[in-house]
Parts: sequence; structure tokens; C-alpha cells
Amino acid sequence: MTVSSVRLTARGICHGFHTLSVLEGVDLDAAPGEVTVLVGPSGCGKSTLLGILGGLLKPDAGEVRMDGSLSPDCLNPITYIFQDASLLPWRSVAGNVSLALEDSRLPRAERAGRIAEVLAQTGLSDFARAWPRQLSGGMRQRVGIARALAVHPGVLLMDEPLSALDAQSRALLLDDFAALIARAGVTCVYVTHNLAEAVLLGHKIVVLSRRPGRVQATLALRRPLVGRHIEDPDLVALQHQLWDLIRDDAARAEREIADAAD
Amino acid sequence: MPPTEGGRLDGPRLDGPVPFRARGFAPRDLPVAGAVTLVGLLVLWQLGAWSGVISTSFISDPVAIGQAIWTLARSGELWANLGASLQRLAIGWVVGTLTGLVFGLAVGLFTLARSPGMAVVAALFPIPKIALVPLFIIWFGIGEGSKVITLATGVFFPMVISTVAGIDAVPRTLIRMGQAFNMPWHAIVRKIILPGALPSILSGFRITTSTAIVLLVAAEMVGAEKGIGAFVLAAGNLYDIDNLLAGIVLLSLIGLAISWVLDRLERVLLAWR
Repeated sequence: MTVSSVRLTARGICHGFHTLSVLEGVDLDAAPGEVTVLVGPSGCGKSTLLGILGGLLKPDAGEVRMDGSLSPDCLNPITYIFQDASLLPWRSVAGNVSLALEDSRLPRAERAGRIAEVLAQTGLSDFARAWPRQLSGGMRQRVGIARALAVHPGVLLMDEPLSALDAQSRALLLDDFAALIARAGVTCVYVTHNLAEAVLLGHKIVVLSRRPGRVQATLALRRPLVGRHIEDPDLVALQHQLWDLIRDDAARAEREIADAAD
Repeated sequence: MPPTEGGRLDGPRLDGPVPFRARGFAPRDLPVAGAVTLVGLLVLWQLGAWSGVISTSFISDPVAIGQAIWTLARSGELWANLGASLQRLAIGWVVGTLTGLVFGLAVGLFTLARSPGMAVVAALFPIPKIALVPLFIIWFGIGEGSKVITLATGVFFPMVISTVAGIDAVPRTLIRMGQAFNMPWHAIVRKIILPGALPSILSGFRITTSTAIVLLVAAEMVGAEKGIGAFVLAAGNLYDIDNLLAGIVLLSLIGLAISWVLDRLERVLLAWR
């Protein structure tokens, strides 16, 4: 296993949409080879912050920096796993993975090798020629993971990748996620509203306040990803601690959403 | 319903299996039924003509129309008119489609082209293109130029609209995905936007081919020596109902053939659906 040496740092991030302030002075430090989880109430700007970290949104103020060295075979320093997998329906599973490699100067044989490797890692080897519409939600998300791993990223950004899945698929994929992330040794930022996912996957959990999002607390969890169990008393206690931090803000955020709908 | 004494409900009694209620609302394709319907209509038409219910002075029977087409084919007149029409149709449609596609792509992709382009389309699209035929004859002469331009103009605007609608319908998340994987601009257009817009572009092909046939006939009726439109007009002037209807049947066959080709194209290009 090679551990990424890339550190992702955000300083003083502010962002808004029109007159609505979404993020205010957010600092974040994603350490090399670690998973930093972002949690917070609905609408607190978790996904917006991830977009800014990934260079898909321009912040109104602040700066995101990437420091460290990439592995020589890295084809995309910052890579994304999207909530809806974002697969091209007109490409097969292998074609979707290949998409991430086609505009590199990777020789054809090496490209095919990488595709086969990540499909095997994600348990999709038998589905290489299947269309996305023929796959379950969990399998579609596996394709998204395979595509992201194929570029050997320095930083992996994940935007609620399990939120659209049913409970069984989520539980199964969560185990696979932990193993894949640990094996890839990549610097990760993982956005979720699910506190169980946060404690199972995070080395560091950053709690954002309700809108405008600010860093409310940062909790460290120094233990290997593989082997964590949701019924572990320490993890259960951590979930309670997180919920205590979020509960009031989450309730206020829900009321705000309901008021806005009225 | 209040319970009666002893706690039993006093409503209708249920005694039997749960009925299946989800019938219907699932129409299927029955290609044989389509063919049988058409043949059946032709047979009824023919029987109506033979029995005198349908007057052959006003509408020829299918056998007479078939004979007229056969005679035209043997004399070579059919191929001369069909060839002239298909050539105009092909050139006009290809020119209009390609320019519409390029213009639509520009409008769909570039901010600078979007508002000016859509303003031009909104202003010119509603004009019936048949009304422009005399103007095109003045500009380009009575020859092939005016006919091809008439077709191309009629095809251009629906093609622009279909292309822009197709591009706008491509989920933005897919484009963001391409950007997140550092795909170059041209690769995003080629691998994400164009395939994503393809269903709408192919729908545009369907609309523009039928528009092109209408305009072909109109342009040929205004001033052409050869072509199905000119042939139909001449037959009408001579009160030659057999040949007039033979020409109309040929136009229908052209439409059917194009529709068949587009069906096959959709099956190949949109197999992922």
C-alpha cells in the first residue's frame, strides 16, 4: 500500500449564492492518507465546500491549497465520487471507467490493465460490458468508485456516495469503501449526513454548523478503518457526541426549510 | 361503519380471491397488426371501387394506382422524377441539417452565441417557409438553387431547436463529472454533450425529414420540370387521377423509407436506452 502524501488545506473559505451566505470562514486540513469526514445539518454547505475543495466552485473568499507529491502514475490529482455516481448511460461499465483514462497519454494496454484492475477491486469484473441501466444503485456507485480509483488520485472527494442507496447496499458498500480507501491510502474528504458512516470511515470528523456553515468542532479518531464495527461502544459514543453537537442546529435547519416551503 | 352487537361489522361480506386490478395502460407494438390494417384498408378500398361505392372518377382504386406506378417505372418517367426529387431532398436536408446542427451547437455551448442566436431563431422560425419560395426564386433563380435553399431553410430552424434542447437536457452533473476528471473541453463536448443530446438530435431528424418532404413538393410545384411535386401538379392539371395518386403514393413511400432508416439509426445509436 502506498499512502498519499498530498495534503489539502482550505483557509478562510466564504461562499454564498446571491444574498444567501452558505459558508463563512471555513478552515479545513485534510491530512495525507487520512479520511476527513464533513458532517452537519441539511443546507450547511457540506457539498458546496466539497465543490470548492475540488475546484468545481469558485469561493467568494479564501484559498484551497494542495501540497505534497503525487505518485508518478497519478492521472488526476483531485478526483470525485458523486452522490448519483454520474455514469454515462450510453457507455458500458468498462467504458465509464475508461472515460477517466482516455485523455491521458496512457498506452492502450496499460489503460486496459487499469480498468481490469479497478473492476476486480470493486467486484465488477463480470459486469464490464453491462449498461448502467442494468445495474443496481449499489453497483452503479461501485462503477463510480472504480472510475475514481483508476486515475490513482492524490485526493479523493466523496459527496454523500451512499445516500441514495438502500440500507443493505449501503452497509455492504460501506465495508468495501473502508477496505478500498485503506488499500488506496489516498487523502479523502467524505461528505455525509449519516453519522454511522462518519464514525466508520473518518480519521477526522469536522462538524459544520447550520447555514452559514462554520467549523463547529473537529473530532479525531485514531484507529484503522478496516475492522471498525458500528456496535463498537467507542464508535457508538462518538456518534452520540456528534449528534449532541448537531441536533439543535439540525432541528433549526429543518424548521427553516419548512418555513421556506410555506 | 359501527360494529353490531358482538363486535361484528355490518357491511358487505367479502368471500373470494383478491381481484387483479392492474390491467391495461401498457400498449405494446404489434407490427403484424399494422401491416394487416394497411392491407385491409387497401382491400376495402379496392372492393369499394369494384362495387361502385367509391367513385373512380374522383379517386382511383389501388390496382389502378399500382398499374400507373408500374407504367411509369417501365417508361423511365418514375425514375427521372424520383431521382430529381431525392437529389433535391438529400442536398437540401443535408445542408439544412448540418448548418442547423452547427448553429445549434454554438447556441447551446457558447454564451455569446446563445441570446443572439435564439433571438434570430425565434424571429424567423414561425415564418412559413413556403411563403419564402417566391423570394428564393428571385434571389437564386428558378433552377435547383432556390429549391435546395427552400428545403435547407425549412430544415435549419427545427434542427437548431432540437440541438439546443438536446444540449440543455444533458444533466449538468455529467458535465461536472467530466470536469472533475480533467477532461478537456473538446472531449466533454464529444463524449458527454453530443451523445447526451443525440436522442433530441435524432428526434430533430424525424421532424426535419417530414418538413423537407412538404417543402420539396411545394418548391417543385412552383417551378420544376422534373420531380414528384411537378409530376403531381401536371397530373392534376390533366385530371389524370391515376398518375396524381401514384405520385402521392410515391411521396408516402419516400416518407416510410426515411422513417425506416431513422428507426434503424436510433436502434443502433441509442441501443443504451
